[in-house]
Amino acid sequence: MVPWLADHPGNPSGAHKSAREARRAIDDVRDLVAELVGGDPGDVVFTSGGTEADNLAVDGVLGATGGLAVCSATEHPAVLEPVQESDGLIAPTDKAGRVDLTTLAEILDAVDDVALVSVMLANNETGVINPVAEVAALVAEKSSTTVVHTDAVQATAWIDLATHCAGAHLISLTGHKIGGPKGAGALVAKKGTPLRPVLRGGGQERERRSGTQNVPAIVGLGAALRLAMDERAAVVARVGALRDRLETGLLRTVENTTCSLPSGAERTPLVAHLCFGGIASESLLFLLEQEGIAASAASSCASGAQEPSHVLAAMGVDRLVAEGALRLSLGWTTSEAEIDHALEVIPPAVARLREYA
Amino acid sequence: MSRVMVAMSGGVDSSVAAALMLEAGHEVVGVTLRLWGGESDSGCCAVSDVDDARRVADTLGIDHHVFNMSEEFDQHVVEPYVAAHAAGLTPNPCLECNRHIKFDLLHRRVEALGFERLATGHHARVVQTAAGVYRMARAVDAAKDQSYVLHMLGQEQLAALDLPVGEMTKDEVRQRAATLGLRTATKPDSQDVCFITQQHGRQDFLRQRISLTPGRVVDADGNELGKIESVEMVTIGQRKGVATVGGADPRYAIAVDVPSATVTVGSAADLLVKVTPVKNFTWAEEPFAGPVLAQISAHGQPMEAELAGNEVRWAQRQRRVAPGQAVVFYDGDQVIGGAIAG
Repeated sequence: MVPWLADHPGNPSGAHKSAREARRAIDDVRDLVAELVGGDPGDVVFTSGGTEADNLAVDGVLGATGGLAVCSATEHPAVLEPVQESDGLIAPTDKAGRVDLTTLAEILDAVDDVALVSVMLANNETGVINPVAEVAALVAEKSSTTVVHTDAVQATAWIDLATHCAGAHLISLTGHKIGGPKGAGALVAKKGTPLRPVLRGGGQERERRSGTQNVPAIVGLGAALRLAMDERAAVVARVGALRDRLETGLLRTVENTTCSLPSGAERTPLVAHLCFGGIASESLLFLLEQEGIAASAASSCASGAQEPSHVLAAMGVDRLVAEGALRLSLGWTTSEAEIDHALEVIPPAVARLREYA
Repeated sequence: MSRVMVAMSGGVDSSVAAALMLEAGHEVVGVTLRLWGGESDSGCCAVSDVDDARRVADTLGIDHHVFNMSEEFDQHVVEPYVAAHAAGLTPNPCLECNRHIKFDLLHRRVEALGFERLATGHHARVVQTAAGVYRMARAVDAAKDQSYVLHMLGQEQLAALDLPVGEMTKDEVRQRAATLGLRTATKPDSQDVCFITQQHGRQDFLRQRISLTPGRVVDADGNELGKIESVEMVTIGQRKGVATVGGADPRYAIAVDVPSATVTVGSAADLLVKVTPVKNFTWAEEPFAGPVLAQISAHGQPMEAELAGNEVRWAQRQRRVAPGQAVVFYDGDQVIGGAIAG
């Protein structure tokens, strides 16, 4: 990345040598993204990140074709809000937060102008994996003109997108969830997918997303993608084992604790998700931060306060149980020692809060 | 040195309170409560106020957290406020927020998180009597005194509470903030109820939540003098909307009855009473009966009275106290307890 901040200032849209260098740098990443999802380099639209890619998918399809958008209740707000704002439909999920295929089929049968179905690949709060390829097959069977979008932001690091997203027309991803810099992501738009641009102007990204590309961040996205693709299998095995050790360890040592997710649900190793009875997770987060653990409960609002999780609500988790939810995110750098530390400090912190409750 | 959590609203008083606790050598962490999720233009709830608190904490070099207590705020402050209006009472939501949120929920959380003390930017003082009893006392700046809205604190809360700006005038607080380079130095004081916007007002807020009842305005003998848009909006002692109904003399609301949709009006003399019934007592230490100074509004004058059971017997006739409002009892400038007018 650094050379593209300092030594190569070229604008990829220009005609000079330095511009061509920049153009080549981002087109190399374009090839890589295409390889990742099993698409064509011309399908790749670079964006500022996942939110922009999701917004472009929903607003872009509705803007091009009109009609109705449908998404699942556990989507990231970057999909959920544009769908709700367009008076779209929210499909319910099962207890693992996966879209309910029967209801989705009923919606497709009952409503004849469904323009877009958006179902995320891996949930950002729970890591649970949706059957996106099945969703795409269902949609193709019911309505050939309906576009399928999947937000793969939280899945990219962990699972093979080409197989899991088979049949999807639009795929969102972002660099900073795979160890790249913030500020670069992409929407992969398979050829022929109707898409009205949200950002208009210079016509970059084949008229689908105007604005000068963030070359250093896109180069960083590419480096992170390369690493993720090369090391995925080993990382998934190692981090998955750490996550299981963390969850089972806490379930064993802390009474009145439940795993928030039904057993057997396929999920990425991203997160250990537990609900501790009788405490407010906001207090637990405070105590854990003092022990060097940065965890979350649900999601943060603009003020920085914790908000009740719409994902747990959609899964049917009781509101009182959800008040004690804790999300411990893992990554490729997570170590055995960090898991030991978490297993050592979380039980007494929960015990202290229960004592004062 | 103690571990102190400072409740920072994003205003100048709590900004300076945090600075003073830090200067006193304490380990200080700032916290802002997210209380109201809806529309707001003042008080403790807007994101811009959280940003102000956070940036003041950055300037002071202390940690800052946000606690979401909006569900509890709805449950203990907003819903009872709406219900009280629906019953024709005149609630004081700031007082209920202090009672249930800041000095109960937050007080307990501060303790659970391992802090010894809570500090806020209220203008009042915590003093100790010769016998070792803690009392809430009036602020140095009489015009800014908030002891009335803090009257419900008991020994446990008072013993663990610091109110550093209670020793300063508002001007001194602003000067100190300016000297410290705090961005809130010239921020205007918050006004009114934080969950009611100036643009829409109380009536719109209530209308979205309860049906407002059109009613009759009658005199003491029951003769109808006129109509009124909503009886729930009328407070005892109010002149607005009823002052000129039915005659030339100034009229005041002297009774509100929601079930019969009736507001009774009378003259200024009709508004005066010898006794005010009260209930729901709280005490700084222990129950008291006998001579007190009693105050019936946040910035009202303390009046001589005799506290006898569930009655406040005024030395001189007083204006009726709107049911739902607090009557706070002082011994000199120290709070000994309070109650709600019935």
